[in-house]
Amino acid sequence: MADRAVAALEAVEVDYPGRGRALGPFDFRLGAGEIVALVGPSGCGKSTALRLLAGLEPPTRGRAVRAAGRGETAVVFQSPTLAPWLSAAANVALPLELAGAPRASARARAIEALARVGLAGAQAARPAQLSGGMAMRAALARALVTAPKVLLLDEPFAALDEITRRQLADDVLALWAVQRPAIVFVTHNVEEAVYMAGRVVVMTPGPGRVAGALAVEGPAPRPPGFRTSAAFRTAAERLSQMLHAAMDGVR
Amino acid sequence: MRRSAAILAPSLFIGVLLAIWEGACRGLAVPAYFLPAPSAIALALARNWPLLFVSAGRTLVTALTAFAVVNVLANASALAAASNRIVEASFRPLAVALQVTPVVALAPLFQVWAGIDHPERAVVALASVVAFFPVYSGALAGLGSADPELERLFDLYGANAWQRLTRLRIPSAVPHALEGQKVALGLSLVGAVIAELVAGAGGEQGLAWRITEASHRLEMAKSLAALVALILMGSVLHLAFEALERWALARWRGR
Repeated sequence: MADRAVAALEAVEVDYPGRGRALGPFDFRLGAGEIVALVGPSGCGKSTALRLLAGLEPPTRGRAVRAAGRGETAVVFQSPTLAPWLSAAANVALPLELAGAPRASARARAIEALARVGLAGAQAARPAQLSGGMAMRAALARALVTAPKVLLLDEPFAALDEITRRQLADDVLALWAVQRPAIVFVTHNVEEAVYMAGRVVVMTPGPGRVAGALAVEGPAPRPPGFRTSAAFRTAAERLSQMLHAAMDGVR
Repeated sequence: MRRSAAILAPSLFIGVLLAIWEGACRGLAVPAYFLPAPSAIALALARNWPLLFVSAGRTLVTALTAFAVVNVLANASALAAASNRIVEASFRPLAVALQVTPVVALAPLFQVWAGIDHPERAVVALASVVAFFPVYSGALAGLGSADPELERLFDLYGANAWQRLTRLRIPSAVPHALEGQKVALGLSLVGAVIAELVAGAGGEQGLAWRITEASHRLEMAKSLAALVALILMGSVLHLAFEALERWALARWRGR
């Protein structure tokens, strides 16, 4: 499963001044091309773990190992985080331009990336003119435009309505099937975790530790009607129990 | 309906105030050298219009020159301060000192420094002192107002300091900077008038000069006419900048 790890956290602990321990000790291995969901209650340090994997902050103790080089890790946050003064295409082209790509080729690749997420023709639109779902697609296009080896998603659909988030979940899986980046997906939604991931890691309430892991059987991308299949229902039920157990274990 | 009310209500209010003023001046026979009636002021405005227009133009040039000078100096200082905490800390007491010092107290010094032959330089410098702080603090606040998650993305993509400044900090600063400039534009006009009053701008006869001159001669209607011209000019300037700001923000936001 994780023979070629693209990122790993080894006994990491994160302390924040004034807030105390936020995470850990926590161990995590991300294999090339696998999709892992991190599930846990609010404040368990899911997002902190994601920032460690992104290299945006160092652990207080332990080791964060990142095989992916600069520009090979992409992050999508809970809000689309687009620059309001830039068009959709310019927003998506930004990572390429920051890495020194010429403007014209960056723009061409950005427009391609927008088309892949279903935003063909929206390249000139400003973020304020996009709906919530479209803005999130643009953020996804920006994350994928560099063809990253590791894609980190921090509750990316939390602010969207149910229909849009289901569509986006399918879209992410379809895009994954093309580029095969390793994906870490933070969520507190049990069904979303089971639908998206091949492996779900359950975390305890903060400071988060590993409470357990669950492998989800089934093809990826998910076939139509997967949500009603027995495999899905069983996995979701099992995950709910693990989550409850993890929360009760602390009390 | 609402729009017409928004114009009608204040017009009516001002009309009533003017009518009371007019009535009181006539009914109580207030001498014109003490307080002229609005009709007399209107007459003085009409008679002296060409002269007032030229004087208003001079004051406007002073204010806009100061505004331009401030935009260069204050934005450059804000950029330097935003790029380095030590620079910002070093600037802070000076910026505060500039803000709290009454311009009137600086006038005599500036007159000496500018030299007897160039009183207009002293006036521009004094107006600049008045308008400096809002532009500086607006730009500085704006440069620090970038979305923290966008900052994180810039970290992730390995942006260098220059890219971060030109592609994130400066564009993010636009709304705050415009707000500071709006305040500063009004202040540069106020500063220009105060500076003219205290520095007595020699050959440069702006509106403040008209006001003092007419008051000294007890031509109160003319003095008030100059004041009206000043208010009109300030209001037009404010409205024009607000329109510019709305347009610029709409472009910035994309709607």
